Amino acid sequence: MTLRDVLPHLGFLFALAVVPYLGVSGPTLNFLIAVLIVALAAQGWNVLGGFGGQYSFGHAAFFGSGAYATAILQVQLGWGAWVGLGASLVVGAIVGLAIGFLSFRAGLRGSYFALVTLAFAEVLRIVANAAGFTGGAAGLLIRLQPGFENLQFADRRHFYLLVLGFVGVALILSRWLERSRFGAHLVAVRENEEAAKALGVDTLRVKLGAIALSAAITACSGCLYAQYYLYIDANVAYGTWISVEALLAPIVGGIGTAFGPLVGALALHGVGEATKLLAGGRPGLDLVVFGGCLILAIAFAPRGIAGLAARVLQSRSAAREGR
Amino acid sequence: MLVVEGLTKRFAGLLAVNNASLSVAEGSITGLIGPNGAGKTTLFAMASGFLAPSAGRVLFTGEDITTEAPHRRARRGIARTFQIVKPFAGLSVRENIAVGAYLRHPQRAETLASATLIGERLGLGPQLDKPAASLTVAGRKRLEVARALATEPKLLLLDEVLAGLNPAEIRDILPLIRAIRDEGVTIFLIEHIMQAVMTLCETVHVLARGEIIAVGPPDMVCADPKVIEAYLGPGAAARLNAAEAPRA
Ligand SMILES: Nc1ncnc2c1ncn2[C@@H]1O[C@H](COP(=O)(O)OP(=O)(O)O)[C@@H](O)[C@H]1O
Ligand SMILES: [Mg+2]
Repeated sequence: MTLRDVLPHLGFLFALAVVPYLGVSGPTLNFLIAVLIVALAAQGWNVLGGFGGQYSFGHAAFFGSGAYATAILQVQLGWGAWVGLGASLVVGAIVGLAIGFLSFRAGLRGSYFALVTLAFAEVLRIVANAAGFTGGAAGLLIRLQPGFENLQFADRRHFYLLVLGFVGVALILSRWLERSRFGAHLVAVRENEEAAKALGVDTLRVKLGAIALSAAITACSGCLYAQYYLYIDANVAYGTWISVEALLAPIVGGIGTAFGPLVGALALHGVGEATKLLAGGRPGLDLVVFGGCLILAIAFAPRGIAGLAARVLQSRSAAREGR
Repeated sequence: MLVVEGLTKRFAGLLAVNNASLSVAEGSITGLIGPNGAGKTTLFAMASGFLAPSAGRVLFTGEDITTEAPHRRARRGIARTFQIVKPFAGLSVRENIAVGAYLRHPQRAETLASATLIGERLGLGPQLDKPAASLTVAGRKRLEVARALATEPKLLLLDEVLAGLNPAEIRDILPLIRAIRDEGVTIFLIEHIMQAVMTLCETVHVLARGEIIAVGPPDMVCADPKVIEAYLGPGAAARLNAAEAPRA
């Protein structure tokens, strides 16, 4: 991968980085941070689901594990937030490997895999809701202590940049998947596992690598969520909402593309927020909008916004060559 | 190069391959023929690791690989094509071939260069950037061969790659198969088109109802009464001989 391969991606990240310094309001910044956190979870989902074709319906398992890992370490054991962040990534990858090992070794695919991941997330939600060290139903409150060493910032713009940094890492990682042998193997597994094996691809190892990476990225999103709101409980951390958000954004934005999840999350929440502003704060309206966007994407842009953009660029350059 | 000893595969009561033994000499083009349902594809699947044999052994360059996974065999240098083609439908033709080429070239640039070269050689040059899903039957068969070849194999297992091609396409691909062998790749092929088997193969094994019933040069094997009966039914050889006798 060369610098030229990632130039558009770096440009996009740079554009996003200056947004908070254009005089946006507090609530808008809040909104953008929430969207970026969701985008990061979706980028994780996209590694396994988009590139690898293994549709998970339970990425909450990783999001929640990341959130709880850092919250438990800080609240129960008094460890630092940065250590918590590192632990979140590791715990996420381990949970991913465990779920992957159990389901991929058993040869689960398609809807079976989706259902098993959903089941794992639900089990974790119920356990976290009942156990003591997770704070049970009351949840965990991380103490408010602004300071770099605590991963808390008096200036929200700094937290925005922190989240954007991780989104950027995930974006470049996704781009690497589009350009590397591991990525080619992963896509081959998605397209036809038998054919991939015949060409020397160790499909189990590729899938395990993908789920570990995918889970770690989504766990990072969970950690940042806990770190931003300073409170989690089982229904938030392991809730179905994040499993749905994580797969919706890539499907709308462009499944199996580097930009897809990020563009999809921005578009979905942008439209959702706009309708809320226009139609007043009726609860559930954004969900209706999400559903509508999903139907539109599946019907008219099966490869999402990114696919649509690629098609437009292609036909434009074709037209230019024609002249 | 490849040795198969007493290979047997039982599917729920059906004996698909029964105690089959054969060997494929290094540098040869060896054929495997037999009526439909004889067990040829099943034998290939066991040789390439996609099916575990019920009994018997598979040896490659002298080593026992009976229990080795398909991807490990590919790394050793065994490549196969699928009778029912399995393209990566969502990828371009070049990307399809690149997955094979990545086996020996970790770098993307080298891989793409190798994939392009092999694609052009197989006559897929104009289609390289098109989706594999847009290929015709003949194109998909070529893609199967191209992908397998991209892994730079020592042994190439071709399962009916000529089926579904028209005579002109077959005429184009025969010299190519010979050229691949001349570069040092041993070729073991399943084929129904006898003319192709006759012109290509030095040795032919005949499989009927799961058993190897004849081995030898193609013209000898085709004259073997056992082989004629396997294809045309019992007594066919005698009837053919009787019909030909007055003319002789
Ligand atoms: N996976 C399977 N399960 C059950 N029966 C099978 C399976 N694969 C092949 N067979 C049977 O085994 C026999 C041999 O099939 P095959 O190897 O495909 O024959 P050929 O390639 O010589 O035409 C056939 O009767 C086929 O129906
Ligand atoms: Mg067959």
